[in-house]
Order: sequence, then C-alpha cells, then structure tokens
Amino acid sequence: MTPNWTVSRLTWRAPVLAAGLCVLATLAAMAQDGSTGRPSALATLITWVPFILKGFGLNLVMSVLAMALATVSGVILGFMQISPVTLIRLPAKLVTNLFRNSPWLVILFAIMFLVPFQITLPGGDKVMVPDWLKATFGFSLPVMANVSEILRGAVASIPSGQWESAESLAFTRGQTLRHIILPQCIRRMLPPWMNWYALLTLMTPMAAILGVNEALGNTQAAMEAAGSRPEFLIPFYLFLMTIFFVVIYPISICTRRLEKRFATGS
Amino acid sequence: MLDLIAPFFERLYDTTGLNFSPFYNSYDWGRLVEGMWVSVKLITAIIAVSLVIGVIGAGAQTSRLRIIRWMVSAYIEIFRNTPPIVQLLFFYFGLGAITPQVDMGGWYEPAIGSFGWAVIAIGIFGGSYNVEIFRSGIEAVPASTKEAAESLGFSGFKIFVYVTFPLALRICLPALTNNIVSLAKTSSLAYVIAVPEITYSLSGIWSDSVNVPEMMLLLFGYYIVLIAIIARIMTMIERKIALPGYGQ
Repeated sequence: MTPNWTVSRLTWRAPVLAAGLCVLATLAAMAQDGSTGRPSALATLITWVPFILKGFGLNLVMSVLAMALATVSGVILGFMQISPVTLIRLPAKLVTNLFRNSPWLVILFAIMFLVPFQITLPGGDKVMVPDWLKATFGFSLPVMANVSEILRGAVASIPSGQWESAESLAFTRGQTLRHIILPQCIRRMLPPWMNWYALLTLMTPMAAILGVNEALGNTQAAMEAAGSRPEFLIPFYLFLMTIFFVVIYPISICTRRLEKRFATGS
Repeated sequence: MLDLIAPFFERLYDTTGLNFSPFYNSYDWGRLVEGMWVSVKLITAIIAVSLVIGVIGAGAQTSRLRIIRWMVSAYIEIFRNTPPIVQLLFFYFGLGAITPQVDMGGWYEPAIGSFGWAVIAIGIFGGSYNVEIFRSGIEAVPASTKEAAESLGFSGFKIFVYVTFPLALRICLPALTNNIVSLAKTSSLAYVIAVPEITYSLSGIWSDSVNVPEMMLLLFGYYIVLIAIIARIMTMIERKIALPGYGQ
C-alpha cells in the first residue's frame, strides 16, 4: 500500500482558506446586527479575546505537561510490556489496555473525583492540588497507555534478524535494545507520538466540564458575562475552534510530512 | 433479575461499605439499564453516520471536479484539527439555536434534540477519519483490477460498487476497526450536552448516593466489555469476508 495521501498534497491552502471563509462569513453576519443600541456579538467577542486566549494558554500548558508525563511513564510502561519476565509484562499489559480502552472523559472523572484535593506532604504541610493539575494527570493516562503501545509496536516491528545478529555478536539484551533496536524505533515512534500530542491538545477542553478555567471554560464564562445572548454562540465557538486549529494544524502537517519521509526512507 | 442479585449487593454494602446501588435499588437499576441502552443506541447511530459520511466522502474525493475534492479535504482538516467537544457544543448550542422549532401540540420543541445533535456532531467528527481510511483502501485496489472490470463492460459507478469498494473495504477493515473503537469511546462526550447515556446516568447515581469509586468501576467495566464486544464483532466480520489469497 502506498502512503499517498491526497490531503498531504494540499497542505496549507484548503483548510486555511476554509477557516478564513468561516471567519469572514461570521464577520459579515455580525456586521449586520450591530445597528441596535447594544454592542454587537463581534465587538463583544473582541473584548473577550484576551480572556479566552489566557485560558488557551492553560490548555497549552496542560497539554505540554501531560505529554511530558505521558512520555516518561509510557516509555517505562512500554519497556515493561516487552520485558521477558511475565510478572512485569502482565501488569504492564493490563494497565495499558485498561487506559487505552476507556474514554478520556471517564478517566478524567475518575482522576477528578478519586484523587484527593489536598495532599499532606511528608513534613506535615497540607498542599492543595489545583484542578488543572489533576486534569493534566487525567489526560496523561490515556496517552501514557498509547505511548507504551507505540513503543511495543515499534520494537516488534524491527526484524527479528537484528536481534539474532546482535546476539551472535555477544550483545546482551540491554545493549541490543540500547544500541541497535531503540535508535531505529525512535524514527518510527516520532510521527505517532506527535499525533498523540495533537489529539491530547484537542482533548484538553474537556477539563472545562470539571471547572478548570481553560479556553472552553473561559469562553462559556465570557458569553455569560456578556449577557448570554443566543447570537454569541456561533462566533464564540467558531473562534475557539479557530485558535485550536491554528495551533494543531501545523503539527499535523508536520506529522504527515515526517510519516511520508520515514515511509520512503526505510 | 434484580430480585436475584439484590440481597447479595445489599449484604455487600452492609458488610464492606461497597455501595453498588444500581444492583439493589430498582430506581438506580432503571437508570443504569436506560443509560446502557441509550449508549448502545448512540454508538450504533454514530458509527452508522460516520460510515455513510466516510463512503460518500471517499467517493467524492475521486471526483473529477476540483472544487468537490477541495471541499472534502477542507472538511477533513477542519474536523480533525479542532476539539471534538467544542464541535459538539458548537452544533448543539450554536446551530441548535437556529434550527426550527416543531409544534408539539401546545408547546414547541427543537426539531433535533440533544441525542440527534450528538449523533450528528460525533458522526461528522468520526466521518472525517473514515473518509481517509476508505480512501486509502480504494487507492490500494490495483488499477489492473479496475481495468479488467472496465474491459468486461462495467460502467464507472458499477466498478465502484461491485469491484473497487468490496476490495477496498477488506483492505481498510483493520484501520476501520480502530476508528470505530475510538468513536465508541468518544460517544461518552455526549455527556456534555446531557444525552442520558451511561456516563450521564451514572454521574446522576453517584451524585445521589455518593458512591463515586464503585460507579467508576462500573463505568470502566462497561466500556471494557463494550469495546471487547465491538472488537470481537469486527474480527468476525473480517474473517467472514476475507478473500482467500487476497491481502495479507
């Protein structure tokens, strides 16, 4: 099968133009109803943009932190999954499958309700755990499971002849992994890893359900503060979709390019 | 059914404090069953919508008109690169506010309820992945097969229906299984627009009886079983329609 995506040939133009059209259409629609005394929806949106962007900053912070956490724990879990010792391998498989097969929302609920809101440090101090930190932890769990699976898949995709020749050269298992298998795996793991980062970022607005003041929560708060008029809904949500698109789309283009390059390279 | 298991779970609650209220309280039991039923209906509808969109979109991408291909890719990119939860809210609140109201004999109800919007929004979201999946399958069908069909006098549309699509479906089935499983999980997002599916009804139970850990356990169990069933069905289909000597 040739990885020959039509979409990758289009890259920037199509969606950016489409997004631009959406914005233009909204602008046009909004310009018409600005004649009455109250401020138009567009003017209201512009007033609240800094507030929404501040929330979006938290989204990005959450996604980066969660990804870092997920990568570290996922790689450890992935190594446990390929361990020759059954006692290590089975629990790792169980954890991986549990978090891969549960919806994000359910995991998020579980973390939000089951992790205590304050933790007593060894010294006796009580520390409040902010909601967004708990949400970050909740988002990292499904990604952790998938990173673990990516690692397992990448190691399994290396031809077994490489293991055998390394063995015949008297490499130990650890040395084979470190010097022969992993350097090849990283290339294969990078595109799916980036894909999961994009997906993770797209899932972070779910934290709004649990009261975290990120972009979606702030958008809803802004609409309410401005008088919750029904004509706000479309422009505000469209704006929110646009800012996510602007950040995520370059990542997915980059992922696709890398995928293509690695596919032709190997 | 409930009479049979109720004593056990009541004793479990009394002795260990594990409060599985749906298994002895008939009201909570009703909520659980209703939630599971709505969730299964929702998932089925979402998968159906996304498959239809996937096939139509993949067909449209082979169109000779540039504008149609362009529109399909714009659709894919927009829905794949924006948060699904915001899409859902946009559809339900944004578009729901401007859809016409239906006269129900005295009161007015929106033409599309929260269930309908959840199916539409998540179906369209899932469809954007399915288009790509089907398209990669269609592209993998060898050109010589299509030429052979053409030489037998099949028209372009008939080639698609009888030759290309059946082969493409078999090629893309593993990827399709992945997407269907992930859609089944995404269906829990319908919680945010108050569709009474399992996550929503269990959250009602745990806010009434304060038994979050037990209900969480139930919820994890439900999804794991559900996904195992979906995966099993897909493997069965895959085996059933496999062509001997074709594909891997």
